Amino acid sequence: MMTSMSRVLTTLSGKEPDRVPLFLLLTMHGAKELGLSIKEYFSKAEYVVEGQLRLLKKYEGDCIYAFFYAPLEIEAFGGEVIYSDDGPPNSGEPFMRDTAKIASFEPPRIADCQKLQKVLEAIKALKNEVRDEVPIIGVVMAPFSLPVMQMGFDKYFDIMHESPELMARLMAANEQFCADWANAQLEAGATAICYFDPVSSTTITTESKYLETGYQAARRTLSKIKGPTATHMASGNCLGRIGKLAETGTAIVGVSARENIGEIKKECGGRLSVLGNLNGIEMRKWTREQAEGAVKKCIAGAASGGGFILSDNHGEIPFQTPDETVFAISAAAKKWGTYPLDWIENNG
Amino acid sequence: MSSIKNSFLEALVACDAMAAREIADEVLAGENAFRELESLIVSSCDEIGNGWMDGRYALSQVYMSGKIVEHIADLISARSESPAKRNPTTAMAVLNDSHLLGIRIVMSVLKSRGYSVLDYGKMEADEIAEKAAADGVKILLVSTLMLNSALKVKDLRAALSARGLDVKICVGGAPFRFDPALWREVGADAFCESASNAPDAIDNLAASMTGGKL
Repeated sequence: MMTSMSRVLTTLSGKEPDRVPLFLLLTMHGAKELGLSIKEYFSKAEYVVEGQLRLLKKYEGDCIYAFFYAPLEIEAFGGEVIYSDDGPPNSGEPFMRDTAKIASFEPPRIADCQKLQKVLEAIKALKNEVRDEVPIIGVVMAPFSLPVMQMGFDKYFDIMHESPELMARLMAANEQFCADWANAQLEAGATAICYFDPVSSTTITTESKYLETGYQAARRTLSKIKGPTATHMASGNCLGRIGKLAETGTAIVGVSARENIGEIKKECGGRLSVLGNLNGIEMRKWTREQAEGAVKKCIAGAASGGGFILSDNHGEIPFQTPDETVFAISAAAKKWGTYPLDWIENNG
Repeated sequence: MSSIKNSFLEALVACDAMAAREIADEVLAGENAFRELESLIVSSCDEIGNGWMDGRYALSQVYMSGKIVEHIADLISARSESPAKRNPTTAMAVLNDSHLLGIRIVMSVLKSRGYSVLDYGKMEADEIAEKAAADGVKILLVSTLMLNSALKVKDLRAALSARGLDVKICVGGAPFRFDPALWREVGADAFCESASNAPDAIDNLAASMTGGKL
């Protein structure tokens, strides 16, 4: 049997491994495993290390997910994070509502950010445990998407459309930070970086604006990241934009449950691998049969020929998803994802 | 008129405020000016809202076009012959989140259509219920970004009921788009997939109340 690392590398090379790799992008579930509140869980690297290792053993997924929470980078910038008992930590009041601050905005140094150092500590410890057998996925917020938390969507759309100089200044600062943060995680032992960029989705930004902005930012940033990347749309749509996403240098695209994964795979045409697209919002109510059905549908749509990793569509499985559902997804992935996928042909 | 409608829509989706304003001025110089302009705004917002739902338009276009029409509507009300709508006391809030884009877009659409809505900003369930009681709110528009926030609409319903308040709740936001059954599950009365649906949602909820009185 292949290791998780071999399985993933095989599928990314466009070949069929022993079975479809499964990325269970679990974060807060680690808190449940350790009997801690979400806030306590993320307060120490050792808790996240223990949580991820327990989750790996319990559900037999194919990756370690070194993601703490989305506004971690906002904390590094001095922004506010709000914790809750039943959901991911969320960014508080945007700290850059006064967009005049952009002119003098300088990104923080990674070495100076205690919160970021905690993540690096976790990655190093995880690497010691899993070595080269299981991929460790680090996470960054794309420079083009981070401003939503920095200043709010409305202000960001305003400067994106009305203030090209401020936009350029903001992107330059964010791009430098993003590349530095990604490389720090790779140096600590991350195998690949998940580049969250929902603002580059067709849901959020027009093609013309994307080509002027997010596309350019991604090309510049990804070229500075010293390891493989997956661009995650975090539930945003991407059909019609796959070609341009492939040109940014990314290897994988994380796709929405609202798009047909077979059509996405077809549009990828071997240029990108597909990650997705189980519906994270609905899965908390799934019966075992519904979970199995959803897994089968994804596999039937995109797994033939490799180039596919089964996962949820948002880049983080909701805290409300019961253990039974995660077990059901894992079991179904093994049952229906073992290559060759003759059942797909047999079922027409 | 249809070429003016097409041109106005094109200006909005191109986020061209100047072009949209020129067309609005042209319409205002003609017959039945305010009614024609309102019709233009309504049809364009509906088209953009529908276009966002089916993937033809992006959220950035929804937001920027909303800003443009809100500004045009402000200009109309400044010289207005057009009466404001009379809707039941309506308030809008974002539940447990600092991301206010949804509320901004809906407020733009409603304002441009002459609806009066109280802006509660970001609040938790109990705060909303408290304020709704104080303001005599009959319709609440609630926006959420995260699943755990969407599930707290149940708490809002409970808080309103505990105060003996008969308030209609209309929800919107990403969690409800990804789980079509969620709005019923949390005890809401309606769901708006797009900001352009908000005026109809208010009208329908008003009609469902006893006599639709304010």
